[in-house]
Parts: sequence; C-alpha cells; structure tokens
Amino acid sequence: MEDWRKDQEIVVMEGRIKVPYRWAAGEVGTRYLQALRDEMRFLGTRCPGCGIVYHPPRRNCPDCERECGEWVELGERGTLLTYTVVRRHHPQLSPLPLPFGYGIVRLEGADTGFLHLLYEFQEGELRAGLPVEAVFAQEREGSVLDVRYFRPVREVG
Amino acid sequence: MEPVAVVGVGMTAMRRERRKDGYADLVYEAVCLALEDAGMTIDQVDNVVTVSNDFFDGRTISSMAIQDACGSYDKNVSTVEGDGTFGAFYGLMRILSGSFGTTLVCAHHKGSESEMALITNAMFDPIYERFLGVEAITSSALQARAYMDKYGVTEEDCALVSVKNHGNAFRNPVAQLPLELTVEEVMASPYVAEPLKVLDCCPISDGASAVILASAERAAKITDKPVWVRGVAHCCDAYHLGDRDLSDVRALQYAARKAYSMAGISDPRQEIDLVELYDAFTYMELMWLEGLGFCDPGDGGKLTASGATALDGKIPVNPSGGCLSGHPVLVAGLNRIIECVLQLRGDAGERQVDGVRAAVAHGVNGPCGQSHCVWVLGGER
Amino acid sequence: MGKRVAVVGVGMTKQRSSRPDVNGQELINEAVRAALEDAGISRRDIDAVVIGNMDHFEGINYVDTWSVDGSGALMKPIMKLTTGGTTGTTVAMAAYYHVASGLFDRVLAVGWEKNSESDTTGAIITAFDPFWDRPIFAGAVAGLALEATQYMHLTGATEEDAAYVAVRERRHALNNPFAHLHINLTIEDVMNSPYLSWPVKMGDMCPRTDGACAVVFASEDVVEEFPNKPAWILAVADRHLWAYTSDPYVNQAIENGWWFPALEWSAREVYDKVGIKDPLKEIDVAELYLPYSFAGLRYMESLGFCERGGGPDLVRSGATDMGGECPVNPSGGVMSSNAIGATGLLRVAECALQIQGRAGDRQVPDVKIALATGFGGCFWSDVLLMGREMPEKPRG
Ligand SMILES: [Zn+2]
Repeated sequence: MEDWRKDQEIVVMEGRIKVPYRWAAGEVGTRYLQALRDEMRFLGTRCPGCGIVYHPPRRNCPDCERECGEWVELGERGTLLTYTVVRRHHPQLSPLPLPFGYGIVRLEGADTGFLHLLYEFQEGELRAGLPVEAVFAQEREGSVLDVRYFRPVREVG
Repeated sequence: MEPVAVVGVGMTAMRRERRKDGYADLVYEAVCLALEDAGMTIDQVDNVVTVSNDFFDGRTISSMAIQDACGSYDKNVSTVEGDGTFGAFYGLMRILSGSFGTTLVCAHHKGSESEMALITNAMFDPIYERFLGVEAITSSALQARAYMDKYGVTEEDCALVSVKNHGNAFRNPVAQLPLELTVEEVMASPYVAEPLKVLDCCPISDGASAVILASAERAAKITDKPVWVRGVAHCCDAYHLGDRDLSDVRALQYAARKAYSMAGISDPRQEIDLVELYDAFTYMELMWLEGLGFCDPGDGGKLTASGATALDGKIPVNPSGGCLSGHPVLVAGLNRIIECVLQLRGDAGERQVDGVRAAVAHGVNGPCGQSHCVWVLGGER
Repeated sequence: MGKRVAVVGVGMTKQRSSRPDVNGQELINEAVRAALEDAGISRRDIDAVVIGNMDHFEGINYVDTWSVDGSGALMKPIMKLTTGGTTGTTVAMAAYYHVASGLFDRVLAVGWEKNSESDTTGAIITAFDPFWDRPIFAGAVAGLALEATQYMHLTGATEEDAAYVAVRERRHALNNPFAHLHINLTIEDVMNSPYLSWPVKMGDMCPRTDGACAVVFASEDVVEEFPNKPAWILAVADRHLWAYTSDPYVNQAIENGWWFPALEWSAREVYDKVGIKDPLKEIDVAELYLPYSFAGLRYMESLGFCERGGGPDLVRSGATDMGGECPVNPSGGVMSSNAIGATGLLRVAECALQIQGRAGDRQVPDVKIALATGFGGCFWSDVLLMGREMPEKPRG
C-alpha cells in the first residue's frame, strides 16, 4: 500500500482574526483620561471605607465594594516600585524604540502603583525607589499614551 | 471531601511545532492514552470537562473543535478557560456532586500557530495597560525584579533552576527542551527583559493532555493504583499589577493553606515528597516554592542551591523538567498533576523519585501568577 | 453525597444597546452588587466566583483574572467558563456543581457581554473551522436560516408561524423593565422586515446587547441565612455535540428521529431525573434561549411540549403566551435582550424570580416548576429544571 504520508508537505492556512474593538472607558475612566488629555493632570479616587487612593481610579472599591466617590489630584512625579529594561520585544507591541523600560510608579498622593513606560534613563540608572516624572505627549487624544513615558527626575540648576 | 482518585493519565509529546496534528488530533491522542492507561473505554466516561482558550486557538468557542475528539458525544460536557489545574478542579467537583462517577478532563494548546506576545498582551486592560505593549515576559520581568530586590535573590540563583529543570528533562520522553547547561551559560544568554534572559524563559510548545478522575466506588473497579486527591484550592489576587505587591505570594499562600488543611498536612516540608509547579520563568519556581511553604520567603534560591530540589534531593521539584522544558499553556498545569500521579504510582520511568507518598501539583492563571491552584495528591486516601 | 443547591439572590443590569458609561468591570460590578444586595450579603460572604463571556466579543483574554475589580473575586477562587451562546447556562451549572460538591456554600455566578464593543458577526465567524467552514460560512444568522428551512421542509411550518413567536417575545418584554427592546410589533411588521438570510428576517432575530447578570447560589446548609425564598435547582444536563457547521444536518440524526438531539437528550435527562412525564402540564413557566423566532416553534417539539410538527399549532393556541398552559419567556427572552454571555444566566435568574414570586409585571401565577435553557456552539443545549420545593435527595 502506498505510504501517502511519506515526504508530505503539510498545508498551513494563514489567517488573522480581525475584529475591531471600541472599548468604552466609562464615566470614571473618561474623567481620568480627559484630565490627562486636557490638563495633563493625574486623578485618583479614594475609597471611603478603606481610605485607599486608587490609581488608575476605580468606580467601586475592589475590596469593600463601596463607591469611590472622592476624586484626588495626584502629582506627576512618583516613586519607581519595580522596573524592567526591555531588550527584545514583539515589533507590533513596542511603543518606543528598544531598549525602553516598563515600570510600576506610585505617584505622589496615590496608594497603588501605575504601570507605564520608562525612557530617557541611563544604563544601570533604574532602581527601586528612584524618583520619576511623567513626560506628556504634545498631541494628546485621551489615552494612557498621552503620557509618553516616565523618566528619572533630573533636578535642573 | 469524599475521596476522588485519578485513575488514568495521558500526555502527548510536547514539541515546538506539531504541524501534522491539529487540535483535535492532539486531544484525541491524549484522550486515547488516558483511556488506555486507565484500561477504560469512552463509554465508561460519565462526563467531560475540556480546557481551551479562544485567543490561543484563534477561535471563538474553541472547545467546539475538539468535541468529537474528546468523546463527549451524548455526554454532559463543559469548558473551563484557564489552566488545566482549574479544569481538573471542575471535573473533581462534578464527581463530588454525586452526579457522575467518572470525569475525563482534557486540555490542548498549539503555541506554534499563533503569536504568544500578542495574545498575552490581550490579558492586559484595554483602557489602562494594553497599549503600553506589556505582555507575559515583560510583566513577569517586573515581578522578578520586585522579588529579587526584596530578598536579595540573584540572577545566578534563578539560573540554577534553568540548569536543574532542563537537565531533568533528559529523563522525560515527552519533554521538549532537555538541555545540558551551566549557570554560566544561562547567565550568558541574552536578556529579553531584564532580569529575564532567554534561558530563564519557557519555550513555546504544542501539546495536549488528559486525566480521568473517578469516585472511590468507580476507582476500585478501574484500577489497583489509584492516586487520591487529598486537597485542592485556588485563589486570585488583584488584577492591576500596581494594586499588588508583586514580590508577595499571598494568593498562593492562601490556596496552599486551604489545600494542605483539606489534606491534613501541617508541615509541607516534612509531609510532601515531591513538587511539580508552574515554572514559566525561573524566578517563579523560587517564589512559588516559598508560597507553597517549602522554605521561608526569600529562601527559594538557597533551597535550590542546597540541592534539596534536585532529582535526588530532599524535596525534588519539577523532576519532569517543568514548564521550562515544555510549556503548552493550559496543558501545563494538567501535566503537573499527571507528573505527580506517575510519581505516586511509581510509573515515572527514568525520572522516578523513590518513596513518593504525597505530592503537590500547582498551576496559575493570569499575569504574574495572579491566580493559583494547588493540588495535594497521595497514594493513600 | 452532594449538596442540594438553590438560587438565593439575583442581580441584573438593565439590558441596553450600549453602556458607554461603564467599562466592562464596572458593568459586571453593577450586576454583582445588585445580586449581593438582593441576597442580603456582602462580597466577603462569597466563597467562590464563576464567570463567563465570549472572548472575542470584547477582546479580553483571561477574563477571570481581569474581572476581579468588578466580579468581587479579590483573594477568592474564580473560574472562567466559556461555551458560546450556552456560556450563561454553563456558568450557572458550574456554580451549581461548585455548591453541590460540598466545597463551597455561597457561590456567585456572573455572565456578561458588551456586544457594542466589537463586531459580533465578525467574532462569531471565527467560531468555525478555519479550513472547512470559515471561508464559506457567514455567521450565526446563516446557520439559523439553514435550521429554519430544514424545519419548514419537514413540518410545513410557515414564516407567519415564526412571526407569531417574534411578536410574543416582544410583547412579553413590555412587562420587563430590564429588557433591551420595548417595541410593540405585529405579525405584519415582522413579515415586512427585511430578509437577513431567507427565511430569517430582521424581526425574527435577537438584538445585540450590553448587559450583565449575577446570581447567588447557596447550599442547603445555609439557605436559611438568606431573606429570599430558595429557588431550588432540581436537575441540570447538557449536550455539546458536534464540531462542524454541517453536523446538525446529518441525515442519520433525522432518520433516527432526532431533530435536535442536543436539546432533546438534555431535556429527557432532566425530566427523567425529576420524574416529569408531561412537561407542558407539569412545567409552569419556561425561560428558553430562543435566538430567533423559528426556535420558538421547533424547541416546543424538542422539549416534548408537543408532537413533531406541532410547534406552530401549540404556539398559535396561546399555550405559551402569558396566561397560557406554560408561558414561554415572560421576560421577553433572547429576542428582546441578548448580551450573549449573560443571556443564559438571565434565563436562570428569571426562573428564580418566577419561583420566588418576585417577577413583578411578568410574574406567572403560582410557579412550582420552571425550565431554563441555553443554546449555542454547534446547536448545543444546556437545560436546568428549577423548583419551589427542595428535592427529596441530592441529584445531579
Ligand atoms: Zn474599600
């Protein structure tokens, strides 16, 4: 009997799932993103039960479920909690030229960390506890990328 | 908890690309292996739980592709989307409910057919995080850094895990990536996202697995080598990475405490003989060992350096080679359970550890080990 | 032996075409807080959470871990299940098994979807095999149209018969403040609506909806703690047969007399477990996943409410209207609201409200037994039978 599997080249279908998405930020997220876009300000919300200031803001506290009705203005500087320097990345995902960093930054006035990009840092400069500041984009459209990245604070003069 | 046993297991070989086998082919192979292992026919399977993920498969309702292959025809069946340990947990509950005597649980994954980075990027919130381009490796790097900073764990400590697990994989015929490595070689491999280097990261894999669970009554008729589920629990931490202390393993500790308490285990260091845990990255093995209570927080590196987690150590960890030596996502947790079962039965071949009476299997869901599932398995009830 | 399980709390968002005022987690949270409040408990009392949706409708991977801020699962066990249209009933069944296993006493089930956030048909097409089905198949409507023409061929049912169902569902929805569509339709309106895929017209189909539903399940050991009367789960069963688009049309099944085996076999299983002999008489209300009007005819036969081919006559007799022998979908059903991941769970929630006598203007008098179904995948079916009286002994 013929061995039809011998030297067979397997057919592979190429495909891409193309589904457009339109994610609504909701009322709370919209106020936050508008403040970033229009005023270059960071806002958090405070849980009246736990006292935690959430950043990004939450509508309801994930822990005690109470409505986080109080808006809190946060600083645009913060503390780097953890970080990585990215050396290899999927080209479709790289928002900045390699090498860039990711960091979790606790902004002044917030109790939670904020995941964002790190750039304009020297080799070996990043460490936990480093003061960092936001660099805003010139053209802002109401997205987390209205902040281009965070960079180490450099005291001028 | 009433006694439930694992009575059959099947794993396909894990390979970088199994082009000749579609999802259904892989599942069929794993299910047939598990049935053969249990000495059962599909008619003796009362119900089925499948495990798959629509993103990895590039299919909405990904379990549709494998309904024929898993043998669910005219049976109750459901689908868990998450790690295999969670799917098996659902299979276990369906037996405990009294509705079914046996459950077949299967999982499949073909990493070769998609783009891992794009798919794990989709774990992140579309409003606040996804557009930053963060995915599994870069987020894990943030966790590795936080953990290493907190406890002074070094990259060399992590490299030891790579050396050990890739070395163990030589004894496991289904492993994908047996490698003879030195710490220096791991340290010399290029950074992907600091502190994670290429040899700190798991490979991309294709594979499928299946287990058959049975009530005590049914297990007695099926096998004379049942492996008993003594305890199992899972727990999920906060979602946004900035809400968590990434160096903390509280969700794992919570799940482990609950699983140990169900199993009547008061000191895992003395009472557990073997661990198969979810080492997608080297640092994870250290962190999870601490969370599972096998050493104090921050001491995972020391424990590993002492040789205690080696194949001939006091508490062998990932004798199979772990996820570092083959990582079909979702299947990976089921494989941890299967490896424990083989060890407890004495069927683990060249990777067999002597005198295994109780073993821990562990799986995770979500970024940076957000959700953990812990199983305690034993040769006796 | 397993525990007996009851629904003790229900929460649902208003079902709407679009909810831009909340993100996904916040939409989920709205239903979760409503269910917890209804059950008189807080997040801390919940032992485990079960959640479901369809991934490609929102494009979010690992929805279980993503949902935590909304689903209340922080530092709790959470499990994700997804089975297509049946997702909501699959989630309900998973919550049932969580409690029945004896491992958890109070379990929160969550189903949700924000269908406004993507291209529903574009996402559904990806459900089908990339080699054999996807290049040809045009989404859910076309698949349903194949079923409709087959059904018309076998029974002589007409488009007007189906339109009767479409009108009934929308009329019932007028009594449900949570329903998405509140429109008074006539048979002429449905008949004059444009064809999507013959014989299925716009008026025959379900809408796309944003919504969430959450349900609290409790074990027999703790039901006394809750202010609401328990709505007991009497039996659950499902069949997810088949993998390819054309499988449901195999001649063998029809020649063997199985027109819709997934639903017929699941229904038979729950009837046998509970001892239902004459479902139309013994079941007081049914909340069925009818994705389009023809299903409202054919399912009557699959569920044993009438003989083969008797669907149109049964429906036209008024037996399934409010005040009839077994009202079907007092809520307005899926043809009035279809946030897909929530849809099946809403059927269970509605049955619970009916059993508890809390269904407001859509209440059917004196409901002792209620039937909920889910439909999805490749003509898959989930069936749950619920009741006012605690079952004598635990059963699956
Ligand atoms: Zn709070």
